[in-house]
Amino acid sequence: MTQYLSALLLLISAPVLAQAPTVTAQQFVDLQQGDSDYPGFRRAHAKGMCVSGQFISNGNLHSYSTAAVFEAGITPFVGRVSIAGNNPYAPDLKAPVRSFALSFNADNTQQWRVAMNTPPVMAVSNPHDFYQQIMAIKAGPKAIAEFFAAHPESEDFRVWKSSYMPTNSFAHETYHSINAFYLVNENKEHQAVRWSMKPANVTPVSVERFTGENALFNELQQRLANAPVVFDWEFTLAAPEDDENNPAKSWPNTRQKIVAGQVVIEQWQAQTGGPCDDINFDPLVLPSGIQATKDPILRARSAAYAESYRRRAIESLTGQVKEGRDD
Amino acid sequence: MTSRVIRYHWSMRALHWAMAALIISMLSAGLAMVKSLEVWQVALLSLHKSTGVLAAVLVIFRFVNRCMLPPPTLPGDMPNWQRKAAHGSHYALYVLMILMPISGLLMQYFAARPVSVFSLFNIAGASSADIKLYAVFIMLHSFLAVSLIALVALHVCAALYHHFIRKDDVLKSML
Repeated sequence: MTQYLSALLLLISAPVLAQAPTVTAQQFVDLQQGDSDYPGFRRAHAKGMCVSGQFISNGNLHSYSTAAVFEAGITPFVGRVSIAGNNPYAPDLKAPVRSFALSFNADNTQQWRVAMNTPPVMAVSNPHDFYQQIMAIKAGPKAIAEFFAAHPESEDFRVWKSSYMPTNSFAHETYHSINAFYLVNENKEHQAVRWSMKPANVTPVSVERFTGENALFNELQQRLANAPVVFDWEFTLAAPEDDENNPAKSWPNTRQKIVAGQVVIEQWQAQTGGPCDDINFDPLVLPSGIQATKDPILRARSAAYAESYRRRAIESLTGQVKEGRDD
Repeated sequence: MTSRVIRYHWSMRALHWAMAALIISMLSAGLAMVKSLEVWQVALLSLHKSTGVLAAVLVIFRFVNRCMLPPPTLPGDMPNWQRKAAHGSHYALYVLMILMPISGLLMQYFAARPVSVFSLFNIAGASSADIKLYAVFIMLHSFLAVSLIALVALHVCAALYHHFIRKDDVLKSML
């Protein structure tokens, strides 16, 4: 009898047990922070460098979005290139992910923050599974293999990972929005899009400088001393059958693509005290004409970024920040 | 006992209960949204900001209204310390109701985040973020929130004390 009862109990509780446990923003940032102790720095993508430049819009997206950024013309930006991880002094070439974030401030009532990474999709589709994925990454290769086996939705991510070859320059990477957003035009028509910034002027790396813990950052500094770094900003338009709320699923390559213009990085500044240091690159700071989808990971990014920002803000104010070794 | 209860003016009662609802929902939303990673978090955050601006406008009306209309007097047999506590806590509630939205708006301002008010218009943020000033105002906003929760709890307890223990007309005067 007790056997039947426990089987019944197990059956009832199975859907609950199968669901990943709910994680809070604090738990998430605690996990990202880990044991590393770098007060005042971002908890994720701690190592970075400020960049600045301009976006030269060709006006091609103007009929899809009312955002002023997409009118033909120039919008300046403050941005940041970074590598994944919680250590602001980590060796550049060991990081699995590279990032590029931008902040457009054409008008103080219409800010736009963009935060992009090298992978085009997530391995999972909600923040609680993402938490488990980071736990697995920290636990080692066996745990990751088990995690991927238990999460078939990670297929598109694994396909990308197996073909991805890290380049020797921030300027040669392609950066992806990963999550989808809606472009909204004057008639309130919504078009789901993802975007990527693709290198537009690939020139050889200055090899003699490409060494050491700051190889990537040094390379970019050297490159910018000679010429601006240019990316094409390409938008991919979702078809009705694409699920814009699932960041793990890539869209077919045949989808319509529109280049909105070129992003030109002209200058760099060290992050400590630099113009990007005080910015929270929360991808949900959006101007009118661009809206967030209901993608659970996109929605979670805002609260997690806010928790990281609160922690480092209070550390900055109370003077806990250690002297920067910012090159 | 059939003596007539002297109540607050209808406009004061309306503002009191409207703001009570707004403040309790904003405090609850505030506590939930700084923790949650769920899909509704962003909508709750934007509602919190919009209602915060609404509450800031209402508290101005309320303050002017309070200055113009006399409130009912407290029961004559109240001990002096309770009288002082009542007046002091009411002043403190007004101070908090005014400082909460100001500190909230300023923390958004220094994070360079425009505040959308019910999608009708945006309040500008700074042109570039200042993380230290953001820290000042988020710490202030959090401290004021905890103080407001404590003071609202005291206020509710005092109202219930008047009604159920002292059995006077203080709670009824606000109904």
